[in-house]
Amino acid sequence: MNGWKKAGRATKARAVGTFDAQEASVLRGLLAEVRQMLAGRSSENPADELAVLTGMRTGPSTRPSDRVLARLLPDFTMEDADLAAGLRSLHEPELIEAKDGAAADVLDMLPSGGGRIELTAEQADVWLAALNDVRLALGTALDVSEQTTPDVEPDDPRAAHLGIYQWLTFVQDALVQARMRM
Amino acid sequence: MAAPLPTPTREVESVVVEDVASDVPWQAVVWNDPVNLMSYVTYVLQKLFGYPEPKATALMLDVHHKGKAAVSHGDKDKIETDVAKLHAAGLWATMQKVS
Repeated sequence: MNGWKKAGRATKARAVGTFDAQEASVLRGLLAEVRQMLAGRSSENPADELAVLTGMRTGPSTRPSDRVLARLLPDFTMEDADLAAGLRSLHEPELIEAKDGAAADVLDMLPSGGGRIELTAEQADVWLAALNDVRLALGTALDVSEQTTPDVEPDDPRAAHLGIYQWLTFVQDALVQARMRM
Repeated sequence: MAAPLPTPTREVESVVVEDVASDVPWQAVVWNDPVNLMSYVTYVLQKLFGYPEPKATALMLDVHHKGKAAVSHGDKDKIETDVAKLHAAGLWATMQKVS
């Protein structure tokens, strides 16, 4: 992965990037993990009879206790706990569906052996959202702060994962730059 | 020929204004976050709200330097929808009444 380049013009513009097999495998693994976490959250809240009858889904009203899930699925408001609970219940199923759908779409577009990827503007937006979710999950798990520098101390036990996190940062930032020119 | 048109519009508006509850202004606030990229936050603000790049960049810099920025204003329903979109994009956003 040497970044993304814009190819073509107007409606035929594409963001083009190449992943080797190892890079594809790392990204696919992380996307699958995010999907699994989201599925775990959904399964805590199976559809009840009322939801089946009315077609109106409601999610849990409480914030996930897991901090990675809590970052992926934030509260709607800090001012009013009742409002936050109500809005979470109303919007969380849809938000999980959007995030899971983006991760699934990227998995469909990224062959496990890697290869050359060509994205339309709409597909690039899906990739940006999915890459961001993967970085949010990994960054939260690794306690990334604004002081986290690209130079990872070799004796830091997080070194390997921080390396992956920084690689994802590069992949996402390069795609933002390409997408802004499309 | 066009002159008579504004009159019924004004009547409709006067009815809506009486609904005080929905008239309270709300805002969507984006909070600083160590993970989200400055470039990505700028792009999301452009895409979701149609802001020109200088405005999106200025809001992003407010988030970065001041810790937060109000990125959209409107009635409660609009802001609720905006926050849902910001969450789907992965930004840390909340809604609050304009004080």
